[in-house]
Amino acid sequence: MNKDLTKKFSSGHATCAGCGIPAIVRTVLGATDKPVIVSNATGCLEVTTTIYPATSWKVPYIHSVFGNAAATAAGIDAAQKALEKSGKLKNPAKIIAFGGDGGTYDIGLQALSGALERGHDFLYVCYDNEGYMNTGGQRSGATPYGANTETAPVGSQSFGKTQQRKDMMEIVKAHGIKYLAQANVAYLPDLKRKAQKALNTPGPSFLLVLQPCTQIWKFPTSEYVNIGKLATETNFWPLFEISAQGGSALGGEDYKYEINHIPKQIKPIEEFLKTQGRFKHLFKEKNLEVIKEIQKTVDENFEKLAKRAQIS
Amino acid sequence: MEKGGIIKHDQAKAPKTGDWRYLKPEVDPSKCIGCTTCVLHCPEAVMEMRKRGKKEIAKSSEIGKEKEIVDIDYEYCKGCGVCAQVCPVKAIVMKK
Repeated sequence: MNKDLTKKFSSGHATCAGCGIPAIVRTVLGATDKPVIVSNATGCLEVTTTIYPATSWKVPYIHSVFGNAAATAAGIDAAQKALEKSGKLKNPAKIIAFGGDGGTYDIGLQALSGALERGHDFLYVCYDNEGYMNTGGQRSGATPYGANTETAPVGSQSFGKTQQRKDMMEIVKAHGIKYLAQANVAYLPDLKRKAQKALNTPGPSFLLVLQPCTQIWKFPTSEYVNIGKLATETNFWPLFEISAQGGSALGGEDYKYEINHIPKQIKPIEEFLKTQGRFKHLFKEKNLEVIKEIQKTVDENFEKLAKRAQIS
Repeated sequence: MEKGGIIKHDQAKAPKTGDWRYLKPEVDPSKCIGCTTCVLHCPEAVMEMRKRGKKEIAKSSEIGKEKEIVDIDYEYCKGCGVCAQVCPVKAIVMKK
């Protein structure tokens, strides 16, 4: 067991073999030397790290219900501020909320929106594995178009999920917070830099981290890094950050978009899709149009982003 | 459950996830260049750098000689094979 990496989050948890979530958690927790309090939404991370009577967390950790990781973080922030005001607390802890895409895009969206709008001082980290993975892979607002899921199954009349995924970054940005970034578990130094920046930003900050799921995306357990890299190299998951120059948590202005990693050669989306069982059906003759559709959306989204970042 | 639903961390109670493993990663000291890529990506955090032994230095490559070598804690290693995949010099091999 690595002594440095397990200072805050230990080995001996039950995440699937080859899951990238612990790497995200360790990288984010390792980005600060200050004390940390963690709030966690229900999800893969919560069910695998807190199996009674064991817990992998060596830092204070609160799990309440599915939808309120951000509200819990907001409560911790309010409590810390009250204690500071009365002189009972000298060194307030950094507050980090972890949620999956289910607890962020769907069920926890209202609580997240409220906490962001009120301007609480916390970092929200969403590990996005694009579905409700610990209950068997139901579709979520983050599941991409065309993916085979338990509740959007492929059949003679269906090619999987028929809706596009939500643009979570723009939803969060609309709250006028000062720093938010999209990262990928395959690029850990980039994630660490973003976590440091986010934790040093006063007020709320947000990180959206791609987390390829070996079980439900259906790929060998050894591949999460390779598939994460392909997501960025095909522009499916560009790495970028948005920071506000002026303004406050309640109304950031002068937003600056920055793309952190531009692939030398942009690969076609097939390279990413063909690595995963959830997209296997798209390579049948009748579904080839769906791949074209996905490529078109990826190109359009990247063009929009590039325009915002003022590069072409 | 303890009062208030509070659970204290106790490593002794943690599941020894090493028994999940069916393929075992093994490090080849003649190839490992001590780059630490596998350390960060290992989901279980079971990879740790240590000093090279004399016998290992004799076998090591020019770049590897002066660097540390990675050690694996098999008590918790689930055998997922991520380390073997991310290794840039293929110094880790999964064995039955």
